[in-house]
Order: sequence, then C-alpha cells, then structure tokens
Amino acid sequence: MVFAGFGGQGVLFAGKVAAYAGLIEGKEISWLPSYGPEMRGGTANCSVCISDEPIGSPLITAPNYLIAMNLPSLERFIDGVEPGGTVILDSSLIDREIARGDITVHRVPSSRLAEENGLAGLSNMILVGKLFHELGFCTDEVLDEAMQKCIPPRKAAMLELNRRAVALGARQ
Amino acid sequence: MKVLMKGNEALGEAAIRAGCRHFFGYPITPQTELAAYMSKRMPKIGGTYLQAESEIAAVNMVLGASAAGVRAMTSSSSPGISLKSEGISYMAGSDLPALIINVQRGGPGLGGIQPSQADYWQATKATGHGDFQVLVFAPSTVQEMVDLVSGAFDAADRWRMPAMILADGMLGQMMEPVELPEEGGHTSIDKPWAASGHGGKREHNIINSLYLTPDKLEDLVVERYKRYEQVQAAEQRAEEYLCGDADVIIVAYGASSRVARSAVNKAREKGWKVGLLRPITLWPFPTDALKKAAGQAKAFLTVEMSMGQMVDDVKLAIDCRVPVHFFGRTGGMIPTPGEVLAEVEKLL
Amino acid sequence: MATIFQKPHALTGAPLHYCPGCTHGIVHRLVAQAIDELGVEGRTVGVASVGCSVMCYDYFACDMVQAPHGRAQAVATGLKRARPENIIFTYQGDGDLAAIGTAETVHAATRGENLTVIFINNAIYGMTGGQMAPTSLPGQMTQTTPYGRDTDTAGYPVKVCELLSTLDGVAFAQRVTVDCVKNVNIARKAIKKAFQNQLDGKGYSIVEVLSTCPTNWGLTPVESLDWLRKNMIPYYPLGVYKDIEAGVKKGGASQ
Repeated sequence: MVFAGFGGQGVLFAGKVAAYAGLIEGKEISWLPSYGPEMRGGTANCSVCISDEPIGSPLITAPNYLIAMNLPSLERFIDGVEPGGTVILDSSLIDREIARGDITVHRVPSSRLAEENGLAGLSNMILVGKLFHELGFCTDEVLDEAMQKCIPPRKAAMLELNRRAVALGARQ
Repeated sequence: MKVLMKGNEALGEAAIRAGCRHFFGYPITPQTELAAYMSKRMPKIGGTYLQAESEIAAVNMVLGASAAGVRAMTSSSSPGISLKSEGISYMAGSDLPALIINVQRGGPGLGGIQPSQADYWQATKATGHGDFQVLVFAPSTVQEMVDLVSGAFDAADRWRMPAMILADGMLGQMMEPVELPEEGGHTSIDKPWAASGHGGKREHNIINSLYLTPDKLEDLVVERYKRYEQVQAAEQRAEEYLCGDADVIIVAYGASSRVARSAVNKAREKGWKVGLLRPITLWPFPTDALKKAAGQAKAFLTVEMSMGQMVDDVKLAIDCRVPVHFFGRTGGMIPTPGEVLAEVEKLL
Repeated sequence: MATIFQKPHALTGAPLHYCPGCTHGIVHRLVAQAIDELGVEGRTVGVASVGCSVMCYDYFACDMVQAPHGRAQAVATGLKRARPENIIFTYQGDGDLAAIGTAETVHAATRGENLTVIFINNAIYGMTGGQMAPTSLPGQMTQTTPYGRDTDTAGYPVKVCELLSTLDGVAFAQRVTVDCVKNVNIARKAIKKAFQNQLDGKGYSIVEVLSTCPTNWGLTPVESLDWLRKNMIPYYPLGVYKDIEAGVKKGGASQ
C-alpha cells in the first residue's frame, strides 16, 4: 500500500501504524518513505508492504491500496494502482473524478471531518480507520496496539484522539 | 517481539550493542538519522557522540580513538566518504580497525540524495591512496544491517583493518522488523598494540604509517597482503536463492538484490529457471560461490544501481566462462522487478 | 657525584635527525621534561604531525600516534575521548596547524578539548624544502615566494595565539621562543603549565614556540636567532594571550 500527501499531513505516521499492525499480526513488513527536501511541505509518501512472503523490493509502483491525501499524490499514483485495487482519498481536498472502472474508490472527507470533530491534524488517521475497516486485516485491538507502539509516551494525550479518529474513519 | 526500526537507527543500536562507545560524525542525507540516534543514545550510556567540523575530522577522530584501543565508528553518505578516504588509507596503513558506514546516494559530485550503488569501486578498489583493502559488507535488509555491524567490528579487530558497511539510502531510510542482539553480548579482544599509555610496563607503542625506506615499506605491504589472502579465504560470504537449477543467475547485492529477488519470484511463476546470487561481502568478493554457480548457469545478469561496477568482478571471478550481462539504473533511480524480468527474458 | 644535567626519561635517546641550529631539539627536551616532572609518561600519548617533526614518534618515549597532515588535533580528540584519563599532546608545525589543519585546530579549540598543543612556528615549510608557510612574514623570501611574500596576492600571516584567544573554548594560549636561556626558561614553564592544565581538566591549552629554520632560511644558526629576534618577535609578540584560571569546562548539557 502507498500513503501519499503533503509533507506534514502525517502520511509517514499513518504508514507506520499500518506497518506495526502487520508486524503484530506476524507478517513480513517493510516501510519505505520518500525523503529529502520534498518532505518540507512538498509531497511525501511511503510504501508499506505487508506480506506472508519475505519482501523483495520495498518500493511500490503498483499498490493494492492507495491512500491519497492531496491531488498531486492521487495523480502521481492512480494509474499504477493494481486492477482490483482500492483507493481511499480525502474528498475534502480532492474533487477529481476517477475514470478507472477496475478499482474501488472510497471518498472520505477526512480533513473536514477532522476539523468538525476536534481532531485537527488527524485526517490521516481517519483514513487509516477507513483503510483497516475495508481491509478487515486485523482486529481493532491489534490496530490499537499498533497506535500505542507509534505514539511515544511523552505524547500519550494524542493516543485518545488517534483512537477517536480511527473509529470515526471506520464508520465512513 | 521484534521492533520496527529504520535502517540508519538499527545500524546505530547494533553498533552500541557491539560495544562501540565512540561515534564521530557529520550530517549528510541520507545517513543523518544514524548520527542523530547516536547523539541521543551515547550520553545515556557514558559514550561519546561528537559532531565533527567535517567528515575529514570525524574519520581522524575515529583513527585516534581506534589507536587508543576502543571500538570506534563514523558514518556518512557518498560525498562524505570521499572526504574520509584520507583517514581510511591512514588507518589501513597503520593497521587500525574501525567501522565506516556508507549510506550511498547518487553521484558524482554532489549528485543526488536518492539511493545508489555507485560507490562500489570506491569501497572495494580505491577507498584511498596506496595498496590496501578494507572489508566491505553489503546488507540487504534492516535485520542484516544489525547482524553485519557486530560481524564487521569483530572482523576489523581480528584482521586489524578498517571495515565498511556499504548500504544505500533505501536501506537506511526504510523500516523493517528487527531482532536486536543482547546488550553486552559482544566479545572484545586484547589490543596490546594500542597507544593507550605504556604505564611504565612495556616499550612505547607507535601507531604509524610512515616508512621512508622503500624496502621496509615493501616488506610491510607484502606482509599485509598475506593477511589479505587469509581474509579472502575466511570471510567471503554470499547467499544463493533458487540457484540450484537456474539457467540464468542474477548477481546483485544490497537494495538491488531485493528487486532482483522479486524478479526471480516472478520468473519462477512463469516457469523460467532463474536464480539469485547475492554477495554479502564485496571485499573479499565471494569468488568461490560464483565459480561454483558458473559451472551450471548459462548466463549471468548483474543488476546494480550504477552504470556497472560489480559486473567487472563477476567476470573476473568466473574468468568469463559464461556470458555476464548487465542491467542498471543510476542517479538515484531504483530498478523495478519488471525491468529486471525483461532483461532476464532476453537471456532465456 | 651529583647529577646536575641528564636526558629526560621521556626522550628515547634515538639520535635526532634535525638540522644543526634547528630549535626542535630544545622544544622536544622541554616537552619531555614537563612529562618527567609531572610523572605522567606512562599515561601520555603524543600525536606527531606531518612536517619536520613527523618522526618525533621515535624520540618521545611515551606511546605515539602519527596523524595525517593537519589532522593531529582531530586524532588527539579521538585519543582523549576514548581514554580521558590519558594525557594527550600534539606536536605540530605551522603548515600542519595553521594551513591544512586550520579547521581541526579552530574546532578542537572551540570545543575546549582538554588537550595540550605544542605549536612550532618557524615561518616556513621545512620538510618539503622551504616553501611559504601560513606564518611566513610579509616580504619573506621562500621557494614559493621568490620575490618576497606579497600580501596582495599571498595574503597575510596567520597569528595563531591572537586568533585562538578569541575562542571561548581556549583555556591557555602563550607565545614563547627559545633563542636564549631566559626565554628557554619561560618556554619551559609555559609548556609545563599547558600539561598541568590538562591534568587539572581546564581545557584547550596551546604554546606557540617561535623557532628557527637555518637550512631553509639560508642563514647560520646564530644569524637565524638574530633574524628571529629582529623579524619574527616584532610581528608575533611574545606573551600570554589567554589564561583562564578556572578553565573552560562548565559541566552539564544545559549550560
């Protein structure tokens, strides 16, 4: 799966939560970020592989799942999505129609939902909630444990907000 | 349970667990997380993290600490390694162990910051001026980065020569689950040669690479090369993946070997007999494994993130007995399994 | 019979290779004497630099490390950080310390590394045969300034003690010379103090010794001492440039 958006939207963090959930489930996993100047407000993305087999190339060019948080990211990756794959996008920032008929598209107005629900900056986790709901890949408990792994103790107050965001996303 | 770690950070933690308490560095992308990790950890365990004024100063601080008899390391990315080459040559000439990590990026010059393998020649053949070699290890996973760090320190101490981990931006930046070795589990060997203060108990030790008499210098270099022969016999390592019946064997190390592995899997799905031979040590080069593979494969395909550097060593290792082909991307581009598969198809 | 003069224990007794009239020999003795008097030979490690004194690793009886050109203070930093209980000194010429090694010098100084630096300033590159040094005087004739050092094109000399004394990490900086008994005695005390400071944990201490190079100056040893007095001392005034009694180490990351 590929998580992509603006630098600062938390795409790397969202990918890390997904990777940790895979780890807890005993899968082979890899997490590969984009890095460099583009991380400072440009577009950022990360490739997360979760597999039963050892992972070869961790760089994904044809994702099964694409989580797109802005238009440039959608445009960069949409053509590569595997037939039968799934796209989850932030419809409050992306209003483009998607021509491909061979993929499933979920439009979640995550930025707006985050703002309306006092979850500023957690649009990423709303999309993660939706992703895991669609994936059905692990239990809510595993996802919760993954979030605990990714949030350092000094930011413990963020955990509850992240949980609310994930729960909100799962209901979309 | 395993923990998720970035390659760069895993290298740092592995070094600490291998008994290294002295890190000297300088910021450069894409290795910086390693220096940052050390700056966080070292003060908590009574170790040294020192941000030097340059890569040159950093490698010479390593020289000093190593001369004092402790495990010391530095890390950088390609342009910074060029600056370290002076110190690496002096350490080789002074028979000092050390660990140097190169998280490669695209070159030449300032190049780029995306992953590359274009420093193969530099690492294996021209790490600095003069007749010498350094041990070169090429991990392909974050776990292997961890495992090779302690092995590299041990080998450097055993053979009294610098060791290098040749990684790249992909391995440095990516996270994978790792199992870390126990703390304090490393072995340390006696270093009676160290400039640690003679305490009035022995003759003074001199750590030196200057020999103005040519026959004396020749003797020393020849002696060192005898040691290198032993290293070649003892330290060669490679991994074979589905090579047993392979008609075409891909030779690739580090990040490109991961791409190659994916390509091999796709080839096998098509029923093509393709295998992967992955050098783990680049110096000494795993000549024995390649010779063996050349007995049965009809062709080799070397895949690198460069314009073709290791391919020369593959040809030399097998005396060109079977055709050796090359496919590479450079400048920070990472080949895709599909591209590699297309190259394989041409050889079947 | 009472011994009134003998070779310091911290010198090996190997014959020195220096040219007649060169003051390296005197400075070697003063360094060895300081090591003897402080009783630290067994835990002292010296760093030899590239230049005429490169082979001083054969002359000092303590453990020795030979550093790449200009990198002596980086090497010394590594030695000291690895074993802080040891006494580390560098012995460097002007080309090594003030040209190719300027960055290493300034940054070891600004970090306040607890080191002793012995700096030989003879205004010329001796080992390579008399080229301009960073400390060659304006107008000075050398192999590479055959018409005299032109400050418009070759720049001005580097005044090391003045430069380093502006850095907060420097505990002690003194310029001395060894042209006569009186000055040798001053130099002896300065060098011992630079070692004592390290024992006391005070931080970076440097002694700059104005020295002669009769061979490359094209003068006799006696003429060389005269030239040093007439030309070098006026440009590089002797004296203490910095002496922070309490040292420069404050302790603690929050400082």
